[in-house]
Amino acid sequence: MINRSFFSLTKPNMAYPALKFDREDVVEIPLPSKAQLYVNGSYAAAEGNGFRVGERVKTGQRIGLSGGGGESIVSPVTASISEISSFTGYMGQTLTVVAFDVENKDVWDDEFSASKEMPLLKRIERFLGCLPGQADFSSLLGFLPLETIVIYGIDKDFLISTNRCVVQTRLEDILQGIEVLKKIFGECRMILLVPSGYGLQAERTGVEVRALNPAYPELLPKVLMHRLFGKEVPAGSRCEELGVGFMSAEAAANLGTAFTGSRIPVHKMLTVIKKDGSLVNVRARIGTPVREILNTLKIETRSGDRLVLGGPMTGLSVYSEETPVLADTDALMIQDGRGAARFSDTHCVNCGECVRVCPARIPVNMLIRVLENGMYEEAVETYDLLSCVECGLCSFVCIARIPIFHYVMLGKYEYDRMKTAEGSNG
Amino acid sequence: MVNEKLYAGAHAPFWHNGSSIRAKSYNVIMAALPAALMGIYLYGVPALRVLALAVSSAMIWEWLVNRVMRKPTTIGDCNAAVIGLLLGMLFPATMPWYAVILGTLLAIVVGKQIYGGIGCNPFNPTLVAYAMLLLSWKGLLDFDAMLVNYDFGVNMVYPIGALKHFGPEVIEEYRLTDLFMGRQAGAIGATFGLGLIIGGLYLIIRGYIRWEIAVSFLAGVFVTALLFNAANPAKYGGPVFHLLSGYTLIGAFFLVTEDSSSPVNFVPMLIYGAGAGFLTVLIRNVGFFVDGVVFAILMMNLTNPLLDKIRPKALGRRIDYA
Repeated sequence: MINRSFFSLTKPNMAYPALKFDREDVVEIPLPSKAQLYVNGSYAAAEGNGFRVGERVKTGQRIGLSGGGGESIVSPVTASISEISSFTGYMGQTLTVVAFDVENKDVWDDEFSASKEMPLLKRIERFLGCLPGQADFSSLLGFLPLETIVIYGIDKDFLISTNRCVVQTRLEDILQGIEVLKKIFGECRMILLVPSGYGLQAERTGVEVRALNPAYPELLPKVLMHRLFGKEVPAGSRCEELGVGFMSAEAAANLGTAFTGSRIPVHKMLTVIKKDGSLVNVRARIGTPVREILNTLKIETRSGDRLVLGGPMTGLSVYSEETPVLADTDALMIQDGRGAARFSDTHCVNCGECVRVCPARIPVNMLIRVLENGMYEEAVETYDLLSCVECGLCSFVCIARIPIFHYVMLGKYEYDRMKTAEGSNG
Repeated sequence: MVNEKLYAGAHAPFWHNGSSIRAKSYNVIMAALPAALMGIYLYGVPALRVLALAVSSAMIWEWLVNRVMRKPTTIGDCNAAVIGLLLGMLFPATMPWYAVILGTLLAIVVGKQIYGGIGCNPFNPTLVAYAMLLLSWKGLLDFDAMLVNYDFGVNMVYPIGALKHFGPEVIEEYRLTDLFMGRQAGAIGATFGLGLIIGGLYLIIRGYIRWEIAVSFLAGVFVTALLFNAANPAKYGGPVFHLLSGYTLIGAFFLVTEDSSSPVNFVPMLIYGAGAGFLTVLIRNVGFFVDGVVFAILMMNLTNPLLDKIRPKALGRRIDYA
């Protein structure tokens, strides 16, 4: 936890705290007996696509929902499907949960290795749209051609060291991945971001390297766009629309190994942040329930603690140990329920801390007032709701302890729903 | 499923920097203590009586209003205590008990709770109460009449009143160091300049009040007084005298900086502070009231929502040129 500094004349300096590793090596999480996978789309659509309970799937077998193209969900394990159910995601997405009874021995599906003749882009779309490290890699492909691709060798949130660890241990794979990216995206500029201190090692590879020692939230894509390229992303747009794509180093490395090893990568590296703030990097099969990680690392938890997929500022809390590790789970944070930050329903006292800390220069003090009253259109039109870069600093510094970030995300969700309803009615 | 551990759900961020309204209130109270203690030292038990009554009655009013309005009890955030303490510090030491209790009632109920509690008040609650008392019982806030039995061995005419009524030549009778060290007639907590500045600097350094507002307020007072003084030295007092007398210093560090009624953006804060400083001297020099701080700040409170419209362009905001 970073506390308010004693002296705070200006806005707080959110330097990344030093990482304190419990053990240096990467801990391998054993293959679980049960696994789960979350797939975008509804259960009804899944039924029509030959995806049934009891069916046996091989590791690396495509289990696409919409029957070829589009989704490229790959089974991470050799298993039989034990259950298919539906689930509502964080921003209201309909997800289908596929549960597997995992077999001990991996049997690899050979569709990917046999598809070498297929055009590169099509092959990637078909098999590698969801890379460990970047679940929505396929959406990046939708923005061809890109001018620049920024590869994150640093992690955005506090205490996460997943991509840092990938840069240290899998630099060769990243270079392979960059070669593949060059083939897809043509001659676009590739920038590898690394923490300062790693710069020299990375520069030997001949890739354009930027060594940064940033403060939070400078690494968030929209803030980074401004810092690196001096471009402001229009509110409500994506960085890709301005020709800059972002990728994690892990996704790049996995793209590399997919082509060198002819196997679809099914492992995810993640940082486990323990209750005392110490870290362990682990490598787990995608779909592994969080419980397996807790058991392997012998982490004791009890009811009322928090399990967070992701880091302390932007993670997503889950209520069950059964929740699986997914392709974009960069961290697992376990927080003691007794020491956790609590929010309150006090009114905004207009102290202005949030306004000073906001990287997007949003009038948060006014925004929270309209959001509390459900005035979502006004929030967007007058108070710049869509400029939000989703860093969470407003809630972090709020002296009234208002869950501002929660209100902001609710506002974005509701506004989106309103627009969708207007679109379909109009 | 029955035996499954259930984890607590929450939304990001999962960290908080540990600040709270209560911590802020404690710090404001602590920063006000040097000036308040000096008041107790100078005026003795009567001053202690006023301060204790003001703080306790403000907290009781807050609790009662919470009960009557069936809202959660907010007495724990100590904002009521701050309001009571500051109001007490603006009173003369001989303020009768009923006026103190009525004052805190006005501050807590009319100044704050009827708008919806902390953060919703458009005006500084302390000053709302003070202004109502001043308009209703002028005599109770006339320091010359109220402090007639006190003698610190200096000129015991309320300095800012003396300037108003007798012109700048009487200023010669006050030593600036006396004014600075609290050896002057006046309110319990508003005369000890050194203590107020120490408290104010503490709050600024800790980030609990904004330096932009305090500094621009003082600059507004100084520059306006300087201009008046330069235009007609025979009629208007000098800027340093204005800074060290009346409610200028307590206003700069404790009243004008009140969160809910002051802006949050950089330029608006400067305009707000400077405007309040300008109006203060304007009321003192050409207006009706002896001290202009109270009404100047209340007037600028009015402009707060408008001023805060001056703000930087948000990241990626599209500007439509119609």
